[in-house]
Amino acid sequence: MSFPWSKEYKPSHPLMTWLDEKLPLPRLVYNAVGGGYEVPRNLNYFWNFGFLAGFCLVIQIVTGVILAMHYSGETSVAFNSTEHIMRDVNWGWMLRYGHANGAAAFFAVVYMHIFRGFYYGSYKAPREMIWLLGVVIFLLMMATAFMGYVLPWGQMSYWAAQVITGLFSAIPLVGDPLKEWLLGGFAPGNATLNRFFSLHFLLPFVILGVVILHIWSLHIPGSSNPTGVEVKSESDTVPFHPYYTAKDGWTVGLFMIIYSLFVFFMPNALGHPDNYIPANPMQTPAHIVPEWYFWPFYAILRSFTQNFLFFEAKLLGVMAMFAAILVWFFLPWLDRSPVRSATYRPLYRKFFWLLVADVLVLGYLGGAPAEQPYVLISQLATMYYFLHFLVIVPIVSSIERPDPLPFSITESVLGSDGAAKL
Amino acid sequence: MIRLISIFVGLFFTVALAWSLTLDSIQLGKDGLPKTAAKEFGKAHELKTLKLASDGPFGKYDKAQLKRGFEVYSGVCASCHSLKQVAYRDLVHVGFTPAEVKDIAAKATINAKDPLSGEMKDRPGTPADHFPPVVYAGNGTPPDLSLITKARHGGAAYVYSLLTGYEATQPAKLIKEFPDSKTGEGMHYNPYFANLNIAMPPPLATDGLVTYSDGTKATKDQMAQDVAAFLVWAAEPELEQRHQTGTWWVVFMLFVTVLGYMSYRNIWAEKKGH
Repeated sequence: MSFPWSKEYKPSHPLMTWLDEKLPLPRLVYNAVGGGYEVPRNLNYFWNFGFLAGFCLVIQIVTGVILAMHYSGETSVAFNSTEHIMRDVNWGWMLRYGHANGAAAFFAVVYMHIFRGFYYGSYKAPREMIWLLGVVIFLLMMATAFMGYVLPWGQMSYWAAQVITGLFSAIPLVGDPLKEWLLGGFAPGNATLNRFFSLHFLLPFVILGVVILHIWSLHIPGSSNPTGVEVKSESDTVPFHPYYTAKDGWTVGLFMIIYSLFVFFMPNALGHPDNYIPANPMQTPAHIVPEWYFWPFYAILRSFTQNFLFFEAKLLGVMAMFAAILVWFFLPWLDRSPVRSATYRPLYRKFFWLLVADVLVLGYLGGAPAEQPYVLISQLATMYYFLHFLVIVPIVSSIERPDPLPFSITESVLGSDGAAKL
Repeated sequence: MIRLISIFVGLFFTVALAWSLTLDSIQLGKDGLPKTAAKEFGKAHELKTLKLASDGPFGKYDKAQLKRGFEVYSGVCASCHSLKQVAYRDLVHVGFTPAEVKDIAAKATINAKDPLSGEMKDRPGTPADHFPPVVYAGNGTPPDLSLITKARHGGAAYVYSLLTGYEATQPAKLIKEFPDSKTGEGMHYNPYFANLNIAMPPPLATDGLVTYSDGTKATKDQMAQDVAAFLVWAAEPELEQRHQTGTWWVVFMLFVTVLGYMSYRNIWAEKKGH
């Protein structure tokens, strides 16, 4: 946000002055991520994940565009072209391992970003639009990651395509025609692979566009902060550059180290061995599981095992899986507590940590085989997931008595704020 | 209003789940926890340990072992299993000279389009060719081995355990509890295999199946270890370059990160307030 004390862009070179008159792009950047954007001074390290998510998107687009130069989206050669990249393309193995582990890193970072939002109430007014766009980005990421996973045309690729498009067949009346329309046939085939490749190339740029909207809407109210108290005076903020460029900068290094350990030393640790077996429509793998970042939602899908009223079990599972994410859209209106940060919400804070534990349990169960006792536990965990968002959060926000808030950001950092005495 | 609707939706899912939970619990009470022969008697989760030179972040291939492993592959496995992703030219990385590679390739028969007539014809292989497909007419479907250590849980240790893990007789308890798992005609009992019975006969049943060119004694265990090492190479020919690049890159990133952290501390020195 442009506070009265925000610095104005001053071109330092005649060329920049000329450019500023014609197309004020440097001014835009300066006000977005430069010295012109005033940010609360008390952000903790959980605020670094937004920047890291943007960094991951860049990694994915760069490696992805180069991979697409060597990949062939045709069912009879797709698997071999992936191996061609791994064996014959110069540094091809680094691109592919970087891209596959980059997807995992992107999700890890984004989950931290989302749960930061849950804890600190980042979704609350006046920042609802940032949150809504964020959920849109997450949905687009899920679609993109799923379609990317299909491209190597291994066993898991093929059967993931089969299972996920099969979900749509649960929809009454239009289900089966819809599934065939999505696949371009009765089973995953060349038409499916080609459209997934096309969309997998397109969607990241759609994500990039929504990310720009996400950041734009962030700049209207300005960044939130761990106290949840709005900015009051100049001493509450620091310019994004150099303060947060330096802070984000060194954590990019930290991120790169962890990410590189995966890419170079355990590139297949997060993947499933079955995807190194070429797709075989005649042989179903013993356990069809998605990548780890989908496991919580996969557990929710599988926890509905019995028909209920006039709903089929499969339809219930599909509805619940989509509802598990769609519910995030309504969060700004479900949580009506005026206090943003869970630091000052003793009751909500407990339920937040229960939710974290619940999602971790769901994650474990989503990767486990669909048999007892895993199914029973995932039914309980799914129940709690929905109760948290749809029942506990609205009720807690009405009955909770929050702790006293600090007067200002400055007071929370320095212990006292000169402006408070005025 | 939105909160009332949401509470209703939340309760709907909860009740639907409670219904599933109740029926499943009754079923579970009747059946008990699921038991499978593979879970009770299989050893897929307790593989034998196999130590290879390529293990660990600084691992490199033991070229002599790869060469021995290739001799086992071409002498034993190749009669049923293909190695389609590997090209003969790649064998220079195993330690063969270009002339030796040419000879090895020339022994293979490649069915390819004749550039003069356009017909499909058999011709001797060249270093540019990939290992040819293998036609197998017997029982079962021998998988291509180019990616086998990446395509199975446990990787090389699984290959080694499977090759040395055949057992002549099944435990009596297994046949009693799971009659379906009795080894059938033309099958062989191997507790490391996913469903315990495998169509492949013990491939390394006796010592000395191959004669190693480096004079190493070809025991069953030695051959199994060597071929597992070779298959790791076949699946990950980039491993050495990956380990080396990764080491330097991570050291460089550590350096950059420390510098970055110091500049961050420097810039924030006056703003910390504690």
